[in-house]
Amino acid sequence: MKQAEIDQQITCYHCGNDCAGERIEQDEKVFCCNGCREVYSILSQNGLCSYYAYNEHPGVSQEKAVKRFDYLKEPSIIRELIDYTDERFTIVAFYIPNIHCSSCIWLLEHLNKINPAIYQTRVDFLRKQINIRYDTQLITLHEVVSLLDKIGYEPLISLQDVVKKQALDKKDNLVKKIAVAGFCFGNVMLLSFPEYLGISVYEQSFRQFFGWLNLAFCLPVLLYSSTSYFKSAWTNLKNKVLSIDFPLALGIAVLFSRTTIEVLMRTGPGFADTLCGLVFFLSVGKFVQRKTYYHLSFERDYRSFFPVAVQVIHGDTEKPVPLSDIKIGQRILIRNNEIIPADAILLKGDARVDFSFVTGESVPVNKILGELVYAGGRQTGEAIELEVVKPVSQSYLTQLWNNEAFTRTQENKTQTFSEKVSKYFTVALLIIAFGSFFIWFPFDLPRAISAFTAVLIIACPCALALSTPFTMSAALSIFDKNLFYLKNTAVVEQLAHIDTIVLDKTGTITIGGDTAISAHIIATDTEKQMIYSVCANSTHPLSRLICQYLNNYIKLNTNSYYEAPGRGITAEIDGHFIKVGSAKFIDSMQVEATSARKTEVHISIDEKYIGYFTIQQRYRDGVNIVQSLSPAYRLYLLSGDHGHERESLSSVFSIEDMFFERTPQEKLDFIRQLQQSGHKVMMIGDGLNDAGALKQSDLGIAITDNVNNFSPGSDAILDGKVLKKLPVFLKFSKDALHVVYISFCISLTYNVIGLSYAVSGKLSPLIAAILMPLSTFTIISFTSLATHLAAKRRKLI
Amino acid sequence: MSIIYFLIGCSVLLALVFLCAFFWAQRNGQHEDMYTPSIRILLDDEPEQPVQKSDEGHISSRP
Repeated sequence: MKQAEIDQQITCYHCGNDCAGERIEQDEKVFCCNGCREVYSILSQNGLCSYYAYNEHPGVSQEKAVKRFDYLKEPSIIRELIDYTDERFTIVAFYIPNIHCSSCIWLLEHLNKINPAIYQTRVDFLRKQINIRYDTQLITLHEVVSLLDKIGYEPLISLQDVVKKQALDKKDNLVKKIAVAGFCFGNVMLLSFPEYLGISVYEQSFRQFFGWLNLAFCLPVLLYSSTSYFKSAWTNLKNKVLSIDFPLALGIAVLFSRTTIEVLMRTGPGFADTLCGLVFFLSVGKFVQRKTYYHLSFERDYRSFFPVAVQVIHGDTEKPVPLSDIKIGQRILIRNNEIIPADAILLKGDARVDFSFVTGESVPVNKILGELVYAGGRQTGEAIELEVVKPVSQSYLTQLWNNEAFTRTQENKTQTFSEKVSKYFTVALLIIAFGSFFIWFPFDLPRAISAFTAVLIIACPCALALSTPFTMSAALSIFDKNLFYLKNTAVVEQLAHIDTIVLDKTGTITIGGDTAISAHIIATDTEKQMIYSVCANSTHPLSRLICQYLNNYIKLNTNSYYEAPGRGITAEIDGHFIKVGSAKFIDSMQVEATSARKTEVHISIDEKYIGYFTIQQRYRDGVNIVQSLSPAYRLYLLSGDHGHERESLSSVFSIEDMFFERTPQEKLDFIRQLQQSGHKVMMIGDGLNDAGALKQSDLGIAITDNVNNFSPGSDAILDGKVLKKLPVFLKFSKDALHVVYISFCISLTYNVIGLSYAVSGKLSPLIAAILMPLSTFTIISFTSLATHLAAKRRKLI
Repeated sequence: MSIIYFLIGCSVLLALVFLCAFFWAQRNGQHEDMYTPSIRILLDDEPEQPVQKSDEGHISSRP
């Protein structure tokens, strides 16, 4: 029995991680850390252990730093966060990235068992959102958030609140419009059939009745469901643009007026079913096009990366202050793993700031007292005190968002195919319509009018308007299955037009936080043990990497330990004098001339040079495959980091296309220059320093290892695992565009067939009623089939 | 055949009732979250039980 237990890898009962090191047990269950055990004990005390019954290891590892929610006691911050409050209860919504399984839903909806002051909780799984109603008198917001954090569901609270933004989604009642159009379409179809099948002479009174009913059903379609087409056609006309909405609106108007006249004059049944069907299918197309990802946000800026509040020191006391109220000259306290929110001068403490997300620099930077620290860095190590020198919105990093790339509306985006085509289409349509009118006009006025209206009805570009949304949304869901999330359907088309690709380095082609260390030392075991002992004293990330590398030694006692920040360490062990640090710090003649290429740590013992460690970033899987994109695409590397990896990357990028030590502003300008020389630029990046370049580019892709983590504003989000599929994605986007072209040809064929009836002025309602749905169905089935076949050919499904 | 008038009136009225029901559901926010209810229905309601200090019995069902 015991043997089996040992053979089996022991995993944490709560989160499923390996339980390495000391065993933490409770109730005969093993946990990887105290955090997980604590969550378990809270749940078991409250009789909520069914949490573990629905899924294996439903928890998320709790091995994280302690979070502080003191700022949630500030009334000004509380007011910003809550949705509704009165004497009795308060309603608040939070975004909780950890929601991932049915156990999460079960537990979060039973919060009331842990604390009865929480009346009701409701989880929206896809949005990873929770709505909480709690008693205003019995519990505070701070306590609610602490409780959520204690059971392992820490809400993400940022300045740019994810929850609020999604609630403000534009509501134009599209679903209601579809419902009305569908309702009328169904009824009108039913009432039109007798006419098509033939009504006997004895039943002529029905014909009148059906006609009037049809007209009545057309009214809500015209006045409610199709209003957006008239509005957009009108605004486009005012801006002197001929969009596809113009012929559509024209077609709808003509259909309705002809139906009204025919019913009133008792000359025919009218085109009520064509009208309702047209509006119904068009609205469905619009709905399909508007696919959104609730769990992703494409519009994030620095505000969702920065904390909500920061601790400000007033004499002896400290108090959380909202970021917007931070003023120049205030002293702020930044603890381990917190982000420095504004440009500030270091006053106290050992600052070791990780700027990887901001500058692309891979190694944390040491700052000395009195030095200026830029906003956006993450402090690692002890708490530090700083004095703010610039307000949050004017800092080195955040002022990037004041750039015109963020304020102007997106005009540089390429025109879509249907936008380009609809211009010519509309002109051709009007020429044919007026042409047929003037040909019949000298002979037969009623027939001329009938031909004119028939052309506008039959050539109404319904199928054309549907081909793009259906193809692109099918392509979107295929990308989605491959962990590539596009903001909207228009992005597929932009993807097909790209000819230049610019990549960031840190976090984009290297894996953030994952480094490979290799040793180039000639040393005995005792010497290695000494190196280990010296490095074990330091909290510098490079020292920690070396300790991890030389992990199975016992630490020796060190004397006269001295750490020169940013340069190296000296120490004495058993009379041996050890130096660990940069090449300059070691200052030995023997240092090999390899420096300045990689991050290196050199070592000497008793002034004798031992060798060095190199620390290199690990590249993502796809980097070599990305290379195959050249020469079809021009590839550039644009990094904020130093150029010491220039050579190892030269297999992927040509030397003159690699640019290092670029500031965020320079990255943006670089993209703009490329665009000005006529290129369609795709930018792939991950950090805040790429945000400007992502925005400026024709297609900005944010790459991330976890789609729920922060990613800067972009047109698409790519999971880091599938970078290798990028060439296939690009090819597939071109396939999708070809499908649109072909379906455009099909819909044109239908139009030509219909027009041959229409110009003669003898369009029967039956032909219109058959042709319109038939062309629509052909287009819908062709586009979805062809897109899926193309995806299969590219091995994407 | 004048019964047709009555029948059509009935059918339109019935269809209108359904349309109104749909509108009501939409207004009530029933279509805002289309996914969570599909999981929620699989979660069992706990039988009301006195508070227990130990949690045996909950776990024994697990291997």
